[in-house]
Amino acid sequence: MTTASPATPAAPGRRRLRARSGRPPWILVVPALAAVAFLVLPFAGLLVSAPWPDMGERLRDPEVLSALWLSLTTATAATVVSLLLGVPLAWLLARTEFPGRRLVRALVTVPLVIPPVVGGVALLLVLGRNGILGTHLDTWFGITIPFTTAAVVMAQVFVAMPFLVISVEGSLRGADRRYEEAAATLGASRTTVFTRVTLPMVLPGIAAGAVLCWARALGEFGATITFAGNFPGTTQTMPLAVYMAMQRDPEAAVVLSLVLLLVSLAVLVTLRERWVNA
Amino acid sequence: MPETPPSSRIPRRDTPALSLIAAATCLTLAATACGGGESDEDGQGQDAGELSGELDVFAAASLTDVFEDLAADFEAEHPDVDVVLNFAGSSELAVQINSGAPADVFAAADTATMGQVTDDLGLDPDWAGEHGEDGALFATNTLQIAVPPDNPAGIETFDDLAEDGTDVAFCADEVPCGAATAEAMEAAGTDITPVTYEEDVRAVLTKVELGEVDAGLVYTTDVVSAEDRVEGIDFPEAEEAVNDYPIGLLSGAQNPEAGEAWIEHVLGEDGAAELDAAGFGTP
Repeated sequence: MTTASPATPAAPGRRRLRARSGRPPWILVVPALAAVAFLVLPFAGLLVSAPWPDMGERLRDPEVLSALWLSLTTATAATVVSLLLGVPLAWLLARTEFPGRRLVRALVTVPLVIPPVVGGVALLLVLGRNGILGTHLDTWFGITIPFTTAAVVMAQVFVAMPFLVISVEGSLRGADRRYEEAAATLGASRTTVFTRVTLPMVLPGIAAGAVLCWARALGEFGATITFAGNFPGTTQTMPLAVYMAMQRDPEAAVVLSLVLLLVSLAVLVTLRERWVNA
Repeated sequence: MPETPPSSRIPRRDTPALSLIAAATCLTLAATACGGGESDEDGQGQDAGELSGELDVFAAASLTDVFEDLAADFEAEHPDVDVVLNFAGSSELAVQINSGAPADVFAAADTATMGQVTDDLGLDPDWAGEHGEDGALFATNTLQIAVPPDNPAGIETFDDLAEDGTDVAFCADEVPCGAATAEAMEAAGTDITPVTYEEDVRAVLTKVELGEVDAGLVYTTDVVSAEDRVEGIDFPEAEEAVNDYPIGLLSGAQNPEAGEAWIEHVLGEDGAAELDAAGFGTP
């Protein structure tokens, strides 16, 4: 009885606290609304200035469709590659100690900082026809990477994979390691622990990282145009098509931007419903 | 009036050096009025011929070297004027100008792009009445085939570009050099499929310099500016695709007097000499 008595008066107090927390403080609401306005208004600007009457006709343009298709497929391929390479890298960074780990983490985030055009030049210098590795690819196997769809995917992986690695590494660090330790004590090998315990535990983090990675790959411009060039059907993705349209016909650029925005929003919203809120 | 400016460097927008140079100018010219941008509002000052204030010149990227040199000369002649140069692709500049960017003078790499501006914002009516509604032509530029120094694919003629296995970079049709490329192809009657349509002529040049393509179509002036990093090959079909460079004083120019003087400077002897040295032709 004596132990229960302090708990009883606490209950209404807690309820009152919850009632007060129902109204969010203005110090958070005002900046949040400003943030929404700042992020949404440019989109509204696109919607307002779009040439709606001839929208349908512009959308049936085969070049628009091929650019859209190329964008969606290359961004997806880049995300798959990033998942295959980036998740293991995130695991190494989060779960192991090796000399130079901090340096590796810093280097992995370099593509986030450097301008994508510089990334494109760097890719050319390494994988281009006269690049450090590219020369050998050319003379030994007859493979040249620039100006191909593969180059588009590589440019996208280069700029987008760090988003996935950082996001997955964050969830790995946040995950409770006791489950992994328990599984290991029960005799599971490190690989089994990773696939049966760690991976399911950080799946939401991987999904969020993959979405971020896909979105970044979809919008990729600078590294792509520098490393992969611009050719309709093989390397001209939507952002490149938008840039080219801007030179001659700004209205067409608005239409293309809207298409890219709407398609990416549709994909992201669907994925979110399916994976993140599940 | 002092003969030389305090600095031979061309002040650019956003550089702290700009205000330093302006301050230095004010100090050296303590006797004369040095009111910056406002001085052209209070009439003519004490001398009707004295130019002052900031002059915003928007110019095609291919004019970079020439206009930087000309700006240094111009500032030596008119120490109270700050020439602020803004270089980019002509089409991009046209969009910026029509969207209200502060510009006094526009120099485009082709007449079509100048047309975008004259159709929308328009040129200063007084100036246009004297020099023409479409601006004044001050230079021409012809295409050249640019190849890496050792010319690995052995390109000699325009038709060689059409051969299988020859990787060629062109400008996109949307930009002036791409339009000129299309005209040259039509004149030659050859159909060339490049591996890439680059966003501007400098991007084509870079691809050639890096040896990523066997050849690219660029302007003669780009080959001159690349020095020995690329080799230029003339081809007769280029004569069918000559780009005319127009210049004009824009409607609503903040500093029309200096703008007019700048255009005279470009059209004059000094301008012609600089343009010729850079590989431009005369219209």
